[in-house]
Amino acid sequence: MNTHVKISQSTDLSRRSFLVGTAAAGLALGYSAVPGLDSAWAATAPASFDPSVWYSIAPDGLVTVTVGKADMGQHVASTMAQIVCEELGANWKDMRVQLASNDPKYNDPVLGAQITGGSWSTMMNFEAMSRGGAAGRIALTEAAASAMGVPAGELVVRDGVISHPKSKKQMSFAEIVKSGKATKTFTPEELKAIKLKTPDQYTMIGVSVPQLDIPEKTRGAAKYGIDTMLPGMAYGALVTPPVRFGATVKSVDDSDAKKVPGFIKAVTLDDKTGTTSGWVVAVASTYQNARKAAGALKIAYDGGPNAKTSSESLFAEAKRLQALEDSGQFFVKDGDPKAALATASKVMEAEYTTNINIHAPMEPMNATAEFKGDILHIYTGNQFATRTGAIAAGAAGIDPKFVVMHQAWLGGGFGRRLDADMVVPAVQAAKAVGKPVKLIYSRENDMTMDFSRPLTYQKVKAGLDGDGRLIALSHDVVSAWPTQRWGIPDFLTPSVDKKGPLDSFTVNGSDFFYTVPNHHVRAIKNELAHNATPSGQLRSVAPGWTFWAVESMIDELAHSVGKDPAQYRIDMLDGKGANAGGAQRLRNTLLAAMGMAGYGTKQLPKGEGMGVACVSSQERATASWTACVAHVAVAPSGEVKVKKLTVATDVGTQVNPDGIQAQVSGAALWGMSLALFEKATLKDGGIEQTNFDSYTPLRMSQMPEIAVSVIANGEKATGVGEPAVTVVAPAIGNAVFNAVGARVRSLPITAEAVKAAMKA
Amino acid sequence: MPNLNINGRNVSVDAAGDSPLLWAIREQLQMTGTKFGCGAGLCGACTVHVNGEAVRSCQTMVSEVAGKKIVTIEGLSAKGDHPLQKAWIAEQVPQCGYCQSGQIMQAAALLAKNNNPTREEVVEHMDGNLCRCMTYARIQKAIMRAASEMRTASNVSGDRRAT
Repeated sequence: MNTHVKISQSTDLSRRSFLVGTAAAGLALGYSAVPGLDSAWAATAPASFDPSVWYSIAPDGLVTVTVGKADMGQHVASTMAQIVCEELGANWKDMRVQLASNDPKYNDPVLGAQITGGSWSTMMNFEAMSRGGAAGRIALTEAAASAMGVPAGELVVRDGVISHPKSKKQMSFAEIVKSGKATKTFTPEELKAIKLKTPDQYTMIGVSVPQLDIPEKTRGAAKYGIDTMLPGMAYGALVTPPVRFGATVKSVDDSDAKKVPGFIKAVTLDDKTGTTSGWVVAVASTYQNARKAAGALKIAYDGGPNAKTSSESLFAEAKRLQALEDSGQFFVKDGDPKAALATASKVMEAEYTTNINIHAPMEPMNATAEFKGDILHIYTGNQFATRTGAIAAGAAGIDPKFVVMHQAWLGGGFGRRLDADMVVPAVQAAKAVGKPVKLIYSRENDMTMDFSRPLTYQKVKAGLDGDGRLIALSHDVVSAWPTQRWGIPDFLTPSVDKKGPLDSFTVNGSDFFYTVPNHHVRAIKNELAHNATPSGQLRSVAPGWTFWAVESMIDELAHSVGKDPAQYRIDMLDGKGANAGGAQRLRNTLLAAMGMAGYGTKQLPKGEGMGVACVSSQERATASWTACVAHVAVAPSGEVKVKKLTVATDVGTQVNPDGIQAQVSGAALWGMSLALFEKATLKDGGIEQTNFDSYTPLRMSQMPEIAVSVIANGEKATGVGEPAVTVVAPAIGNAVFNAVGARVRSLPITAEAVKAAMKA
Repeated sequence: MPNLNINGRNVSVDAAGDSPLLWAIREQLQMTGTKFGCGAGLCGACTVHVNGEAVRSCQTMVSEVAGKKIVTIEGLSAKGDHPLQKAWIAEQVPQCGYCQSGQIMQAAALLAKNNNPTREEVVEHMDGNLCRCMTYARIQKAIMRAASEMRTASNVSGDRRAT
């Protein structure tokens, strides 16, 4: 087992209770009490107006929203500004964003930490941003009323101007802030009592305003972590061992590295946080010299306990664990599938697998560390500043409260930057050489040391009654447990059989909205995989594999009883009991996708087929109802060409429709890339793929036609970054079956596997 | 110390001749719009122009480009208003944005020679540039939009010459 840094309670980590009023002014959290802290980012100009911790209005009328969320291309910063803008009544052209430090006052109001993932941000911050915006509008309106000598109730707020139609008087936000009269503050209770706009009153929510971060990203001006430049900074290049985890350094010979100009030092990490193992940093005056020196180091390793592991051995271990009666813990335990299977008129069982997948964001992992007085400054784009700051502290041997995380735009996140490994070598190198160090992974380091999507093995056993209805489903999910690895108990879920907490981020999705009277889901931890391939959250996480199994099996069942797979799903989405509401929304979404795709309306040429899938990703409680119709053409060689993906998704409320289109399209293509093109393998304990020649995400020439329809029915806003990932692989697999009768149960779907299944 | 002509300026860089141009641009000149992605010419994030050709700066040594005209994203236009940059905003192309300097530079080299490309020509020219956010459809649209604007602009200036 890895040992983990214990997250300090004072950081208020991961409390998933709703902390009402975090947005209130005067919240006494933060770094203000830490001696020696350079708190420039926290200081606000005396004449500006800060109605909420989340934004400030300057005397020139510009509204700057401070965003505690990591912006990795989902334009979440712009989305937060848009929600504030709606209630505040500002003009979009006056909105600006800045990225928060790890000061706990910027913690997510629901999650109680700075963490960005789970497609949670919009749904969990909508209310806080709305209330903050509204509080500002009320305060400005009262100030304007007093300045104009008119009743506040007669004022109209629009586009940053407050006007009094009767007297034709008006004041801009800038004039009111300059007047110094806007001073009202709100207690948490007062904030909660504010009556927010109803959707029919929206003028900003639901409008595709231009994303605030885009212009600078067309000029090369947006700053990412890798663009950090500090005076006197040295560079670090990483040497990582051939084994993903568990190797140790026996010796380092730097005699050749010393001949490299600018070489400063080779630093062998002493990582008590358990995040890395066997890593060495070559520090030099430039990155090029650091890389040269890294290449010249002669390092002897002890491969450690995982040096013999392979994808095959991890699968074999998964199968062994699944076959044991008492493995794992129950995530779902409804009815008695065993008894129901014994009396079912038809029983089917199948194994579904997914291989290791690598995040490979375009910006390789990097971090810059600088010790300045008592404070450790970390510059890196990160999705989990709260934990990453604590890991940096662990690597430095200091209290987490002395770590300041400087956020940047993320050159891709996809869950990779929830992890903290990059800060460990940066911190220890900076400490060893007494200078700021910018540590940059090579692409090879980045790929072979990824906190990857775990290899998964699922066994599904289904029983049908005499009418072909699904009456029993027993579903076992065996994988490494990525979220347990964080060492934060609050992120785990109690098992229904009271056998201790389980990592629900390995089984979410399996608790679907179909009505199945006897339904068990077991979450089984593959300890071997957990240790050999420390895994992480890869865009869409568990529903990326659980729905691969569920939605493939549902299709197999439908075919086995001669029913249309879409209709078979619709019949099971009857909304009974706890599935009420969600099941109907999912059914409607499926119908929308079928309609858009022309499902079943025409005869397709030989070798072509359409397949459907529908999902309630990411979690049952936070679902965006999403369906896909995939249209494929399968060549006699088994090669699958996706002709079109049609995706419908019910997101309740759209903040920025164009942004949602971008996210859902990107997510669907990410799903297709995982379904067909991306596969990593473990051999001798190491990841075999090292760069984009052997790990091959979808390129432009592989783009299918894609159609996205977003359903906004006025329900609460849900997330859009991930759900569409999870629906695509099963839709493609089901389409392949409809095209050529080949059922493939392993991801990625390869031409060889399709051809073999065609013959079978 | 090698002398380079970058974005119309002559600069000398403190880098050995066998240093990749990418790192000279980023570290020596502190122009960070050009990105490191793979270090192997497989992703296109580091694309710059050398004498008008799109090249991978991670695979181009400083010694190879002495005396040649190098253009980076910072020098593509004076005010960030190259037709491609405008089209990138109009189509709201970037998500994370990290690959987009390289995408724009790669596309600019195509449009400089052919301002009326077919979709197939665009795909062939752009296929070496990875976008992990998968913004490819918008990249294509933006290239077509910029090409259209460039054709209109060249027709207008042609008209002026004619009159």
